Amino acid sequence: MHDSLIELLPELWVAIGQTFLMLGIGLSAAVILGGPLGVLLFMLSPGQSLANRPAYLVLSWVVNTVRSFPFIILMVALVPFTRIVAGTSIGPLAAAVPLSVAAIPYFARLVEQTIREVPRGVIEAAHAMGASELQIVWRVLVREARSGLVLALTVLAVSFLSYSAIAGVVGGGGIGDLAIRYGYYRFQTDVMLLTVALLIVIVQIIQFGGNAIAHRLDKR
Amino acid sequence: MTQTASSPPSTPIIQLDSVRKTFILPDGGRFDAVQPISLEIARGDVFGLVGKSGAGKSTLLRLINLLERPDAGRVTVAGRELTVLGRRALREARQNIGMIFQQFNLLQNATVYENVAFPLRIHGRHSRAEIDARVRECLELVGLSDKLQSYPARLSGGQKQRVAIARALAPHPEVLLCDEPTSALDSETTRSLLQTLRDINEKLGVTIVIVTHELPVVDQLCDHAAVLEQGRFIEQFAIEDISAERTSVLGRELADLVRERRRRAELAAGSESSSVISFPKASNA
Ligand SMILES: Nc1ncnc2c1ncn2[C@@H]1O[C@H](COP(=O)(O)OP(=O)(O)O)[C@@H](O)[C@H]1O
Ligand SMILES: [Mg+2]
Repeated sequence: MHDSLIELLPELWVAIGQTFLMLGIGLSAAVILGGPLGVLLFMLSPGQSLANRPAYLVLSWVVNTVRSFPFIILMVALVPFTRIVAGTSIGPLAAAVPLSVAAIPYFARLVEQTIREVPRGVIEAAHAMGASELQIVWRVLVREARSGLVLALTVLAVSFLSYSAIAGVVGGGGIGDLAIRYGYYRFQTDVMLLTVALLIVIVQIIQFGGNAIAHRLDKR
Repeated sequence: MTQTASSPPSTPIIQLDSVRKTFILPDGGRFDAVQPISLEIARGDVFGLVGKSGAGKSTLLRLINLLERPDAGRVTVAGRELTVLGRRALREARQNIGMIFQQFNLLQNATVYENVAFPLRIHGRHSRAEIDARVRECLELVGLSDKLQSYPARLSGGQKQRVAIARALAPHPEVLLCDEPTSALDSETTRSLLQTLRDINEKLGVTIVIVTHELPVVDQLCDHAAVLEQGRFIEQFAIEDISAERTSVLGRELADLVRERRRRAELAAGSESSSVISFPKASNA
């Protein structure tokens, strides 16, 4: 029993690497594309400086629609798109495509909600000083909401760790895939327990790290 | 720095020409917050806008730097008609109009230094050294040189408002707009803050427009005042001119305050009064 775990070690390392690859790509896409989308949603919403009701409603509808897909359905539905983008529909790189597609609107919504907490008056003061919209985004919204944004990213990372395990089922690889292949199909309960324990540890580390950074950034 | 105290008082620095503001309410209704109003404020003046809550004071003040865009009418500040400017030109013009608020509106995640540097950094024409010198100069002016690296959360209300004043003054504005600047402060803090505003007006020649519901603040700080009611001026007067009959309740109460102040000044000539906010009004020569 112990031997089987030691034999598994090389594969475990690969699986951990694959999980972090999927997570890394998904979270990067979320930050790079979902972040600006969230800011845009906020700026277009009623009462804000770029308020535009039709544009807000359309964007909001798109975000809701993508978010309403169960992840596994989204993954299957996106297979043709994944083939185009990743060149294949299996493996961690391919799995990162639907992960990213799911993560972008998710994070956008979290960002929108988080920067809504920035007091209106502070934004107004920046306008009164002649700040441009872009300066307000970087120097006011991101700065004032930064600890909330870190916590939002933490929430996203934890959710997507489990999504990446689902992606494993359909050939994405990663820790979840390992759990299914050995623990579930081959009835190796010890492998199952090990992978679950590993996921628990990773979640704890992400959450602890996120909380610590957020706390440090918050001067309010 | 060259300030404008010596420039001719002939042309008003602020001109509102039949400005009007109607808010569309969420239920589709309309609310006329500012009826067509015209107003001229002279260079170097300290002008008070008084009125009950909801009278439209803040809206009128915010029309001056176009935080609210008027539905009709013209706004001219320091010879520039703001209402015809594009976004970019307006942002430039706003450097000439500082503003402070009841809730201070400082960046909480930025130090005092960074807050005061903010308006200079966003108009990227200043070198690091220039910004540094100006930030220190402004903080010196408001007496906060020892708090450069503090975060606003660690400051008292009065100190926060001083940071806000330093921030507003950093780009050398000719006009300072104040929306209830002392309403969140105790009377002792209010007194010293008013002294600071008076200094700014007298020494730097900055024209001040102040919205407040506290009549003693108007009495002690302002040269002129206008009383607003339901988005209209119901009267306008020089604070010291109490000979003419006042038509509004607030106008009469202000006249009473002036009389009271003069009476006390006569009685206790020279000596410090123990009353909360009664000190001799500074002359605005
Ligand atoms: N953005 C807005 N939308 C709708 N109504 C507003 C808005 N801003 C102010 N008002 C209304 O306009 C009136 C005047 O407001 P304000 O200028 O803030 O008054 P004051 O500063 O004299 O208390 C109030 O009745 C207020 O409810
Ligand atoms: Mg007000």
